[in-house]
Amino acid sequence: MGLRGDAAIVGYVELPPERMNRSGLAPFVLEQWAELSAAALDDAGLPAESVNGIVTSHLAESELFVPSTIAEYLGVDANFAELLDLGGASAAGMVWRAAAAIELGLCDVVLCALPARYITAMSEKKPRALTDAVFFGASSNQYGSPQAEFEIPYGNIGQNGPYGQVAHRYGAEYGYDERAMAKIVVDQRVNANHTEGAIWKDTPLTVEDVLASPVIADPLHMLEIVMPCVGGAAVVVAGADYARRSKNRPVWIKGFGEHVPYKTPTYARDLLATPMLKVADQAFGMTSLTRADMDMVSIYDCYSITVLLSLEDAGFCEKGKGMQFVADHDLTFRGDFPVNTAGGQLGFGQAGLAGGMHHVCDATRQIMGRAGAAQVADCNRAFVSGNGGILSEQTALILQGD
Amino acid sequence: MSMTFERPMPVKTPTSAPFWDALAQHKIAIQYSPSSDAWVFYPRVRAPRTLADDLVWREISGAGTLYTYTVARRPVSPHFADAVPQILAIVQWDEGPRFSTELVNIAVEDIEIGMRVRPVFVDYPEHDVTMLRYEPS
Repeated sequence: MGLRGDAAIVGYVELPPERMNRSGLAPFVLEQWAELSAAALDDAGLPAESVNGIVTSHLAESELFVPSTIAEYLGVDANFAELLDLGGASAAGMVWRAAAAIELGLCDVVLCALPARYITAMSEKKPRALTDAVFFGASSNQYGSPQAEFEIPYGNIGQNGPYGQVAHRYGAEYGYDERAMAKIVVDQRVNANHTEGAIWKDTPLTVEDVLASPVIADPLHMLEIVMPCVGGAAVVVAGADYARRSKNRPVWIKGFGEHVPYKTPTYARDLLATPMLKVADQAFGMTSLTRADMDMVSIYDCYSITVLLSLEDAGFCEKGKGMQFVADHDLTFRGDFPVNTAGGQLGFGQAGLAGGMHHVCDATRQIMGRAGAAQVADCNRAFVSGNGGILSEQTALILQGD
Repeated sequence: MSMTFERPMPVKTPTSAPFWDALAQHKIAIQYSPSSDAWVFYPRVRAPRTLADDLVWREISGAGTLYTYTVARRPVSPHFADAVPQILAIVQWDEGPRFSTELVNIAVEDIEIGMRVRPVFVDYPEHDVTMLRYEPS
């Protein structure tokens, strides 16, 4: 099972995130899709005419027929046009679907874009419905939705509460070291301090700062939680012929994993056995590589607890020993176990759905040797994770340079 | 402009009606699939995993243990602005399934994961619904 590994990420663009509450009016999301595509293709040095596949997420301007709307707008004759709805797991999910489409011979070059500047022009002549998503986050409040009936009325809304529940359960089963949890954020902040465009580039952070920030949902502090930003990111995935012609060192997609067992963690069989257990085994099983072969890992980090559980369940440390692992290792770009070398979303900023693509771009920058002051020496192999909802849909990629 | 946000309340469906109708009588009924000997929550038309067409309603005591919780120190949405600090809990019934709920009648510092809890039925006649919360038993 798996990929041959002869499709590669050959170009990318990642906009510097802006704080949601300070962001200006953005072009329509469909227009952002086009701009991100042009920038990523320019980075790759490949002509737009070479594109014959697209993978997207939702568009603010179109609820249905999204892939064909994008193909038409871009003028792409798509042999493969896919809409993905896996939240923060979408980005890695888009990349493996693009690689699979290329390996099947359907496509030569596939665009994967996640525009994420959400404040766009409105017209009084076409008022936009204030959707439930604004207040109920990833839950549906529509009649007949299980969330509307059994979750939302009890305040089980959004992400902070459920992730707090996960962290509390972890503490009850394995013990809890809030300084280790804070260190995840602090080490990543060092990486952000060395990354152009990071929202926290110029703001250092200490463990004491994290623990002094207000508790939002016990036991999680504000600084263990991503700050809402806007931005956008895109990657170009190409087959071997085009990859050899691109400007950058190709980042080959060697393995992937995906697992989607539930929507709401209340119904997880075991709240602490995340889908990453299967995801990582599936991804590594497609390759001849081991965990120890990874030169860096980029782990989806909407919350500190997500990083901890993902490191454990992906097999980088023993289950229940993640706090000790984090305390014992230097997670910065210059450390013995580099994690989220561009700051992660906690340090770089979470530009909405593009947050998942941050980790793809992070690993890609490192393997291409373009990480600047945060470059990991001799970086050739990386593990990338994606996470959607509340540990409810997860993905992974294993990437390798020549 | 000031906006008011009414609490989102449960609205029963044809499939879930037996659960809500039991709550109105301060009883708890959930589904059971005999072919796989599995209790099921939330209500469905077929059993999850096997998709067996044999779901039956059975009354349970509602007793359970606290699987986990958090304390929302900030409102989870504008609709819950007056609810903080709100104890968001997951209770595991003795039969196995878990239930999203709130803990009431307890101080935050007294909460312990694994503690025994019992049902609190809260009637909302204006919404024609009874909600199920939990307190220490």
